[in-house]
Amino acid sequence: MTTSDHDSTGLATVEPGGELAERFENPGLPAHRHRMADVDPQAARRAERQVATLFGLSAVGTILTLVAYFAVKFEGDLTDNEYLSRVQLSNILLGTGLFLALFGIGAGAVHWAKTLMPDEERIELRHDQRGSDEDRADAVAILKEGAAESGLGRRPLIRNSLIAAMALVPLPAVALLRDTGPMPGRQLETSPWKKGDRLVRDAGGGPIKAADIQVGSVVHVMPDGLQETGAKLEERAKGAVLLVRLNPADLNEAATAGSYDGIVAYSKICTHMGCPVGLYEQQTHHLLCPCHQSTFDVTKNCEVIFGPARRPLPKLAITVDDEGYLVAKDGFTEPIGPSFWERA
Amino acid sequence: MSTTTTARVASDVGNFADERVGASKGVKFLARKIFPDHWSFMLGEVALYSFIILLLSGTFLTFFFVPSVGETTYTGAYAPLQNARVSEAFASTVRMSFDVRGGLLMRQIHHWSALVFVAAIIVHMFRVFFTGAFRKPRELNWVIGSILALLALFEGFLGYSLPDDLLSGNGLRIAYAIILGIPVVGSYVAFFLFGGQFPGEAFIPRIYTIHVLLLPAIFLALIGAHLVLLVIQKHTQYPGPGRTNKNVVGYPLYPVYMAKAGGFFFIVFGVICLMSAVLQINPVWAFGSYDPSPVSADAQPDWYMGFMDGAVRLMPGFTEFTALGHTWSFNIFLPAAIMPGVLTTLLIAYPWIESKATGDRQEHHLLDRPRNVPTRTGIGVMAITFYLLLLVSGGNDIFATHFDLSINDITNTLRVLVFVLPPLAYLVTKRICLGLQRKDREKVLHGRETGTIVRTETGEFFEVHEPLDPYARWSLVQHADLKPLPAPEAEDSHGVRRPGGFGNRLAHRLSRFYFEDRIAPVTPRELEEAHHEHAHADDVHEVEGSEARPAVTAGD
Repeated sequence: MTTSDHDSTGLATVEPGGELAERFENPGLPAHRHRMADVDPQAARRAERQVATLFGLSAVGTILTLVAYFAVKFEGDLTDNEYLSRVQLSNILLGTGLFLALFGIGAGAVHWAKTLMPDEERIELRHDQRGSDEDRADAVAILKEGAAESGLGRRPLIRNSLIAAMALVPLPAVALLRDTGPMPGRQLETSPWKKGDRLVRDAGGGPIKAADIQVGSVVHVMPDGLQETGAKLEERAKGAVLLVRLNPADLNEAATAGSYDGIVAYSKICTHMGCPVGLYEQQTHHLLCPCHQSTFDVTKNCEVIFGPARRPLPKLAITVDDEGYLVAKDGFTEPIGPSFWERA
Repeated sequence: MSTTTTARVASDVGNFADERVGASKGVKFLARKIFPDHWSFMLGEVALYSFIILLLSGTFLTFFFVPSVGETTYTGAYAPLQNARVSEAFASTVRMSFDVRGGLLMRQIHHWSALVFVAAIIVHMFRVFFTGAFRKPRELNWVIGSILALLALFEGFLGYSLPDDLLSGNGLRIAYAIILGIPVVGSYVAFFLFGGQFPGEAFIPRIYTIHVLLLPAIFLALIGAHLVLLVIQKHTQYPGPGRTNKNVVGYPLYPVYMAKAGGFFFIVFGVICLMSAVLQINPVWAFGSYDPSPVSADAQPDWYMGFMDGAVRLMPGFTEFTALGHTWSFNIFLPAAIMPGVLTTLLIAYPWIESKATGDRQEHHLLDRPRNVPTRTGIGVMAITFYLLLLVSGGNDIFATHFDLSINDITNTLRVLVFVLPPLAYLVTKRICLGLQRKDREKVLHGRETGTIVRTETGEFFEVHEPLDPYARWSLVQHADLKPLPAPEAEDSHGVRRPGGFGNRLAHRLSRFYFEDRIAPVTPRELEEAHHEHAHADDVHEVEGSEARPAVTAGD
């Protein structure tokens, strides 16, 4: 216990156990108290049996695991439900068996250590992390000597050219990453929608007649060709559109533009972080994004009325073709989805 | 095997090892190394063990997982998905859950131990923070630990992205948007990382390599360094009788800690197996393969990403704007990049911030009781409060549906609380700490309440206080009495301005912030004075058989 090696900074602290008279002194370790198993041979034998029982339990667990693995088979003439409950049974038995197998060993070892291994505390001394002054002087001398031997100080040409070479050598590693992806170009600004594209149902496919849509209903649509599974997900990620039919009187002026008889179409991809904005509240005409709760008001041209999104959902202007099917009057006039730097 | 045979074999093995690698020196250095005992020291062990469990269960998963988004038709045992067009990654995840015996268990073990891994790291960091274990000489281990914690979040996120299910796909969609939101380079970084537009086909194989190769290798190296430093610097210990800054009191590694810590590994593994046996986690077959169009309400990330998601949810939309012909998405960049970046920087820098306030340069091997460093404890609770509020924000939709509240009200309230509650938590915690210190003083000065009520001859009642024995007292009086640094003098004795005035003033102010409110530990003199008062009171009460008074100075 020393207090001499501190306080070079002027802070009036006293290390625990300081020798100054105004502090208490460390009373040292209290007397050791023996456990039952240390003084009573019967208690020790009991502890021994407990440890062995726990290890035995582990062996039982291992056997249970193996039996469960081979006995609960995922085959035979099973209905779907039987199959699933068999998977579940297997999972529970294997997991519980492994629990016993592992926990038994663990609990046994800990119990052994706590009851039968010596529990008298021992003391090990610490030493300062820093080396002795002598060691430090030696180390400095060695480093200096080595530096002198290398001649780095005397030969600046070698040093400087080495620094230059080391600075340049990581460049190929950076350059080699160039082909990990294409340049963005204008790809973020495009969408699969173009003038005259039919709106088809995302689930099930098929073009949509305006008359088939009830007021208050929502249809998830894609441009024709992207509704099939197997279509490129990048295209689907930008093509998803929500079709909603409202009472035309509910739509404000901005919302009415590009609508058809109360039917409006907006990109389903959130302008915040790109989740599908798929929760439509019929009574309030609000669209809610399930990821961060940005809320868009369909009657107000999908303006943001709450949440972290900034921009309204892009609108797809629609009309009907000769056969009465809904088609895009034009492609989207702005980029779909989350913001990006190049977006003006 | 007879005893002599065992001894001969052991001797042969020992001889072999020693003559090849000098094993005897290692045994001498390590086997009897002393480790102190405390339950809170097991938190780091839980983290270490769940990492080992992650390596074991993860290796099993790689035998069955196909890291590809190539389209395939699912034909496994799970009927609802029969013949569905899904990605290879998703199909193989479902197949290993339903067609491979023990596959579901291994997946659940992997996922549960990942959650336990992150949780254990965070709680371990709480322990280290509140007890001041990060102080010199352990700053480097604090930095390594902080980096490990960050990597654990990242590794966990990549892991749950791999099955390519609907939920994880939306998580990646959000990650892509966060990258897009980076000013100037966002689009380029996103295109290079994902190999083009979202989602593309490159992300699963790339994430897979980072998840199973790159990050685990970094983890192993950093955990190795973490443990080597632990051995070199020896473990910290809680203060108490016989424990000093110059010793370690505890039990030897061999055999006690080999049994205890080794056994604890099996206990952790066993408990995670039990959890995986009975608690379902991440049932990807119920979500379906990722597709950008379908909706999923209650979109929740794994819990450890919740705070970041919560910060994003709280951010009002007006923080995005266009200027100079570009879009500045601060509604994303601020909560998802700047906020975590600032918090991480503060976290890593904390040991140096505090040492600036204490101004001391010594080694600390005795832990603080949190109450004895009220300002630090307050700061810690403030950070936890902030974190928890963000976590709650990340589940604001769950709160709305479960408690039938308006999501808008919850969000608006949280937008205010996230600024109000943390400073309040700081103040309250600091006051509680100071109160606890006063209670400690009270206990040392006037003894422990015995609960024995004595009636004097004159009819007065009072409770007998029993003085503390020197051992119990030591724990309450041993801590350093930290005071603010003295105000720096702007000029030296010749009236010349000292250099570095600003830094000194800053350190002084920081030091005052930390140690202005302080309760000094009881000194022997104070105890003696308290005794005189007691003695006086005893005379008045004429109590018989009052306890022997402790000596004025302990240690005798």
